[in-house]
Order: sequence, then C-alpha cells, then structure tokens
Amino acid sequence: MALHVKTNVNGDAAEFLCEPDETLLDALRDRLGLTGTKEGCGTGDCGACSVILDGRLVCSCLVLAAEAEGRSVRTIEGMAKGDELTTLQRKFLEHAALQCGVCTPGFLVAAEELLRRNDNPTEEQVRYWLAGNLCRCTGYDKIVRAVLDAAKDMREHAHA
Amino acid sequence: MRFESPSTVAAAAALLAEPGARALAGGSDLLVQMKSGMVQPAVIVDLKRIAGLGEIRETPDAFIIGAAVPGAALREAKALRKAWPGLVDGSKLIGSTQIQGRATVAGNLCNASPAADSVPAMAACGAMAVVTGPNGSRTVPVEDIPVGPGRTSLAKGELVEAIRLPKPPPRTGSAYLRFTPRTEMDIAVASVGIALSLDADGTVTAAKVVLGAVGPKVIIPEAAARALIGTRADAAALDALAAACSAAATPIDDKRGTKEFRIRVVGVLARRAAEKAIERAKGK
Repeated sequence: MALHVKTNVNGDAAEFLCEPDETLLDALRDRLGLTGTKEGCGTGDCGACSVILDGRLVCSCLVLAAEAEGRSVRTIEGMAKGDELTTLQRKFLEHAALQCGVCTPGFLVAAEELLRRNDNPTEEQVRYWLAGNLCRCTGYDKIVRAVLDAAKDMREHAHA
Repeated sequence: MRFESPSTVAAAAALLAEPGARALAGGSDLLVQMKSGMVQPAVIVDLKRIAGLGEIRETPDAFIIGAAVPGAALREAKALRKAWPGLVDGSKLIGSTQIQGRATVAGNLCNASPAADSVPAMAACGAMAVVTGPNGSRTVPVEDIPVGPGRTSLAKGELVEAIRLPKPPPRTGSAYLRFTPRTEMDIAVASVGIALSLDADGTVTAAKVVLGAVGPKVIIPEAAARALIGTRADAAALDALAAACSAAATPIDDKRGTKEFRIRVVGVLARRAAEKAIERAKGK
C-alpha cells in the first residue's frame, strides 16, 4: 500500500508516494530525483547518505520515507546557490579533498552542520564529528584540512 | 507492511499488540535488521509522533527521558549531563554523529544487545524503565528489560515509553568506560558503568557497579559494590573492586576478544571508572 508523504526538501514543499518500508534515501533519489545523496553501505556505517532532518544530521538510509511527513529535509542539492559554491565546497576543491566523489555530498552535509554549530572547531573535533563518514580515496587529511580552512575563511569573512 | 504513527502511548500499545508489530524509535537497529532480512515486521509503529516522547523532562526528583529522544539531545541537556555524566559517557559512544542524531537510549535498551553502551551506564545511575502496555503501566529497573541477546521481558503490546533517572544525592559521581580496539565507531568488548556517593569525608556510602559485554546481559556484582562501600576507595578497595568484577564476569570468546582478556580488562575498567566517578563526586 503506497503512502502519500508531504514534506519539505531544501525549503520547498515536496510530496511523493512511497512504500511503507522505503527509506528516505530511496525516496529522495528515486521519487524526487535528488541523486546527490549517495548510497554507500545502506546500513548507517558510511555516511554517504547524510542529510539534515529537522536540524539533526542523520543517515537517510536509516530513516523511513514515511517518517519525513511534515518534517524538513536538507540535502546536498540545497547547498550551492546555482553555480555559486559555498566556501566549504570551494575549499574541498582547493584542497583536493575528493577523488571518486561518492562520499563527498555526505562529507559536505556533515561538515556544514558542524560549522553551523561550531565556527572554530579543533582538528580533533572535526575528526570526531566526521568519524561516521567514510572515504576510501583521500585518507581524510585533505578533507580535514578543507574543513578547517573553510572554518577559518568563514570566521574571517564574518568578522570583516 | 503497514506504517503507523500513533499520537498516544495507548494507541501505540494497541498497535504493538498486533502480530508482527515492531516499535520504531531511532531506527538505527530496526532498519538494519529489516534490510538484512532478520526481521520482517507486519506493522511498524513510529513512536516519534507521540506527544512528550521526544522530550527530556525535569521534575523536582527526576529526569524523564522520552523514548524518542536521540543521543545528541542527551549530550545537549546540561542539567542531565551534570547530574549523571556516566549516562552521557555511555550514550555518546553509540555510533557516529549521524547515529547520535537518531538512536535513543530506550531503543538501545530494547535492542537487548549484551554490548549496548548506554545500558550499564544508565543501570548504574539507577535508571527505571517506564513500561506501558495494553494492561497499563509499570516501572522496572532498566536491567530487568533485556533478558538475553536480542530478547526482552516486555510482554506483547508493551513499550518502554521513557527512562526515569532519580536526581542524584549530593557528592554523587558516575562514569562509564568500555574497551574497544578502535577509538570510535566500535562495539564494546567489555564495559563498566559505576555510580557512587560519598559522605563529607570522602567515604563511599553507596555504589552500584554494572558490567557490560561480559555476559548475556548486564551483570551487577554485589561484591563489587561492597568492595567500595565504607572505604575511601583506596588502593586496597580498588584492587578488591577489580577482583570482584573479574570474578563475576562470564564472557564468551568471539572475534572481538577472548574470554580471558575480557575477564581481566573488565576489572581494569572498573578501577578506572571508579576513579573517574570519585573525581566527579568530589566536583573535580
């Protein structure tokens, strides 16, 4: 029996039909065409499917699509304004913080949420916050440097 | 499969009495079990639309943590963290930031894993589970909910709607420590939760010691608490505590650790957790 779900995605009203056991990840990708959110493990271990659900960073593979009724979801598609990348996104490019790119949307969503809560994180705080995001290419150092540099840049611009 | 999101605990209990019904709080265990084919629920009962279950309430004598409160919210609850840091020690070790955004301590309890991090931690703090079912409510110590790996004492239709923690007496400290091969994203090989209270001279007046991951469910060795009570937790008392914990442990060998290692390390963890709890009781 298909369920009719009305929710909000990246600030816009969205609705879709889904199966009761369908995940939010599958609904975002297959029902709404928002394929920026990636599936890695499908069991909440890798963070590739990270989204913000009502202000909390979650793995969308561990959320049922039906749970999104009346909630607000933020995905990677809500980050850049058209062609204009955010500071965090630019820093990922500058620091070469990606290779294959499958983990990148998850890292960006997770790191943006960290910087929203803490504009001056230590390297240790960045590493712990991102411990649930796995990357098999970069060895993490470039990602951590990109996040720290983005934080620095954003602080300087906030004070300018 | 049906998806239901009742708005009252009574409606949730009625749905959970149906054949094949499963409660959904954070979903970090249930969805993984569904995906692997381990469980195929006929009805999923989402608890997160029930008023109050997403909140931490503070009354004059207790904290009441609703069944839908995620670990991240526990870490943000300053008064609770100050009163029972040992509980937060345990809950914050469960999974990643993403898992913390969803997983609940009530769910961790009802999943009944012997290695659950929040269970020894909250049991040490004297946490009670508020259980509601078709025949009304009852309140039981959290350690009475899991009865073995993946099995609970909950009757058909019953759910844990909240975890109730008493306000601590003065000079009370609590701590939870676990051993894992990795620093993060791992499952306890052995763990210890301790809560204790001191008198004005620093003598231990009350203690509860709870062992995790060294038996089919948590172990609460009375001899371990007795080793601390009446002492100032000096070297001899800590030796006796460690020995009592090792003696009470009944672990298995598995890929995460041997029986011998677990028996030894649970004593070491108990000693360190006691030292940390005492520092906290002294307000350090």
